[in-house]
Amino acid sequence: MTSIILLSVFGIINLFAGFAKNKQVLLPLVLVFLAVVFGVNLLDWNDTQTYFSNMLTVDNYAVAFTGIMTLTTLLLLPFSQRYIDKGDSNLAEYYSLLLFSLVGAVMMVGYENLIMLFIGVEILSIAMYVLAGSDKSSLRSNEAALKYFLMGSFFTGIMLFGIAMIYGATGTFNITEIGAAQAGLGADGVMDSMFVLGILVLVIGISFKISAAPFHFWAPDVYDGTPTFFTAFMSTVVKTAGVAAFYKLMAAAFAASYAAWFPTLVAITVLTLVVGNIGAVIQTSFKRMLAYSSISHAGYMLMALVAFNESSDTSILFYSAAYSAATIAAFGVLKLVQDQQRSADYEAFNGLGKTNPLLAFSMTVSMLSLGGIPLTAGFFGKFFVFSALLQNPDMLWLVVLAVILAAVGIYYYFRVVIAMYMQPAANQKPVRVESFTAFTLIVLTILTILLGIAPALVSELL
Amino acid sequence: MITALLLFWPALAALLVLLIKGQGAKKVAFVAALVEFALSLFALSAFDTQSGATQLALSLPWIESAGISFSIGMDGISLLMVLLTTFLVPLIILSSYKHAYKNPNAFYALILFMQTGLIGVFVAMDAFLFYFMWEVALIPIYFIAAVWGSANRIRVTIKFFVYTILGSLFMLAAFVYLYLQTPGTHSSDVNAFYQLSLSSESQSWIFWFLFVAFAIKMPVFPFHTWQPDTYTESPAQGTMLLSGIMLKMGIYGVLRWLLPVVPYGVSQWDEVVLVLAIIGIVYGSIIAIRQRDLKRLVAYSSIAHVGLIAAGIFTLNEQGLQGGVIQMLSHGVNVVGLFFIIDIIFSRTNTREITSLGGITQNAKLLSIFFMVLLLGAIGLPLTNGFVGEFLLLSGVFQYNAWFGGVAGLTIILAAVYMLRMFQGVMFGTKSELTASFTDLTLNEKAVLIPLVVMVFWIGLFPNTFLSISEPAVNNLLSIINR
Repeated sequence: MTSIILLSVFGIINLFAGFAKNKQVLLPLVLVFLAVVFGVNLLDWNDTQTYFSNMLTVDNYAVAFTGIMTLTTLLLLPFSQRYIDKGDSNLAEYYSLLLFSLVGAVMMVGYENLIMLFIGVEILSIAMYVLAGSDKSSLRSNEAALKYFLMGSFFTGIMLFGIAMIYGATGTFNITEIGAAQAGLGADGVMDSMFVLGILVLVIGISFKISAAPFHFWAPDVYDGTPTFFTAFMSTVVKTAGVAAFYKLMAAAFAASYAAWFPTLVAITVLTLVVGNIGAVIQTSFKRMLAYSSISHAGYMLMALVAFNESSDTSILFYSAAYSAATIAAFGVLKLVQDQQRSADYEAFNGLGKTNPLLAFSMTVSMLSLGGIPLTAGFFGKFFVFSALLQNPDMLWLVVLAVILAAVGIYYYFRVVIAMYMQPAANQKPVRVESFTAFTLIVLTILTILLGIAPALVSELL
Repeated sequence: MITALLLFWPALAALLVLLIKGQGAKKVAFVAALVEFALSLFALSAFDTQSGATQLALSLPWIESAGISFSIGMDGISLLMVLLTTFLVPLIILSSYKHAYKNPNAFYALILFMQTGLIGVFVAMDAFLFYFMWEVALIPIYFIAAVWGSANRIRVTIKFFVYTILGSLFMLAAFVYLYLQTPGTHSSDVNAFYQLSLSSESQSWIFWFLFVAFAIKMPVFPFHTWQPDTYTESPAQGTMLLSGIMLKMGIYGVLRWLLPVVPYGVSQWDEVVLVLAIIGIVYGSIIAIRQRDLKRLVAYSSIAHVGLIAAGIFTLNEQGLQGGVIQMLSHGVNVVGLFFIIDIIFSRTNTREITSLGGITQNAKLLSIFFMVLLLGAIGLPLTNGFVGEFLLLSGVFQYNAWFGGVAGLTIILAAVYMLRMFQGVMFGTKSELTASFTDLTLNEKAVLIPLVVMVFWIGLFPNTFLSISEPAVNNLLSIINR
């Protein structure tokens, strides 16, 4: 709760700091802000409180996800160094929008009331619509912003529609009360049709936010067109918040009507896994591949939701942490390479292993992690998800499907590794890396390996 | 404690090697590998060879709440595999001395890093630690093959990598399932897996999930398609690591994690596996006869040899299992020796085509003798190491089914055909342009080959040195299987 207030205040302070002559102060300032938020957030650990007349609950679930999303943003920001060096006049606005977006994300993991969920999604999204179009001179960025905005508002509308129907059926917005109200609804063995429809419509709305298939069609174009720095935020924090909100909603409000939405969720999961992994294989652009890969990871996270048992929250938490660390490093390296090569294709990475061993190594560790190979966090991410799902032995087929698609994943993740280490460099000039950015990359790489060796650091939290 | 030291020393040494610039890296790597060998001999001296139990064990909590522990230890089979690894790795490093690989520090660090993975696979007594190490061994060899290999390496190695990962992910799914069947708060300890009593339906599919992973690694027909290409395109040291040691991971996996865990699954499918293995023997041999490239020939011969080992261990009798264990050692020694000799020939003539070689005996007496010894070992002539293993394996298969034994026995004849044909083409006859100025072995090459040749005779003449180490463990395993 304190983190929401702090983030909002810091966002505003940051806007005014933008008037400062020396833009160099902005980055350290916002980093300090985020570090403060991270620390303050931890104070709420094991101290569950509700706020705003029961609109918001800050429990360990919320604190853990807030912590991960804050840390993700913190580790992402150093990659914006280039904006400062280029003298981008809107830098303060970018930072503020990111902070505001984070406010929305924090609400999405702690809401107690569907209205709060809706407000959280909106705060998160509106900032992202703006940031998607932040490269004003680029047609692709404009296209991305427009597409994201139109689709996004459409699906937020759908979400609201679902919320309205659920309100109509139960007479409340409070998720705990909705959960309790279902007993009355299903008494005669037939679920109230408005209620079920409401759930499904709500599921569709959230699926859009986490780019789950078949509501993913916007994602590749938007991810591709958005400036890489913001794409990284979009595919980590936004996705983490979305999946966390999704699980919270299903667990708190709709657990009793499990049978009604379960088949739909399974179908969405299967489609997401297939579309994400197969789509990623045929890309020639590394950035577009990462867009599809983020769809496929939404699928793996949804598997934990399909499992729907006491391990689900831990699986989602760990998976988000592992996925975020690897994705930020991947987008970070991509941004550095893209700035020099003016291309986000696989070929842009040719010979990077020779010219920039650090970048290549970080990228390799990230790819191994996204591919789910041991020694990296991604392995335990998949491990926890599979274990959660296999507690229901009937879901073995889904694990098998995921296993086959994970092997497909190795293929496209390794294309960039092959380009870096096994192809001759197109441009012998090393990519310029600021020392602070390099330091952040090292931290991210160490985090990924650390979670791959000692997963208990995160998995024992919840 | 010694087991943990054995496990982590190569990884530590790898970090050290990484820091060394230039060709000095290979010297440090060699010394590190020798230290590792000394450590394994120390482990041998501390090992009670009369007991079939897990010894020199260490167990630390890893993911405590989930009952997953960092649990390592060795029984006789593990110890022999560890000894094989620690014996071969220094020789493999030494065999690379004549090559000046680019980025030598990375190359040798990867070899040592892989050694940690290999040792880890052989000492892991926890299913997830085993899986972990299984993949840790794979990543370095992928890079060794894909970065330092020859022209087609990229396409070939990615196939190898994706193929093996696919197999191992099935193993992971099976392990997760088994783990969730253990009572209480769950445990992934090997003994907890052995005590499971699963229905025969679930054993039936778990068998295939595990078998596919191990069969791809070995490789057993029809999962072998990655193997000849990968062996051919890898640098010589990569091929030696793959064929000499990594292949044994698959067989070891069957012994430790398949046969005792799903005995009913095995009894449902053992005939199918034996048929596949025997097809592999005949198929590998016939294709080997047709090969013109030396490396490909030995690669296919390896499919045949592994087919026999697989057939032997799935008979589930003592001869078969003991034969499998001893043959793993023999095959490791022979195949590394043969690939090294091919590498020697290639480095002097720049070809591996049998037809463009010939007459090497006239210039290189010592090479010819060593080549012949290793070759006869691979064929399985009495007094050499191959004989002991093949004899035990074949007698195991005969006990199981005389017809199977008869067909599997073809391996001896066919091996003689392709091996002697290779020797004849390469070593006898008239000198070709390329072999005209062939020089005999250098000191460094002798240093690699002599220990290998000594092992050929040692295992051939005194197999009991090794069989007695694995016997209690094999009996222990059989008692668990036949429970």
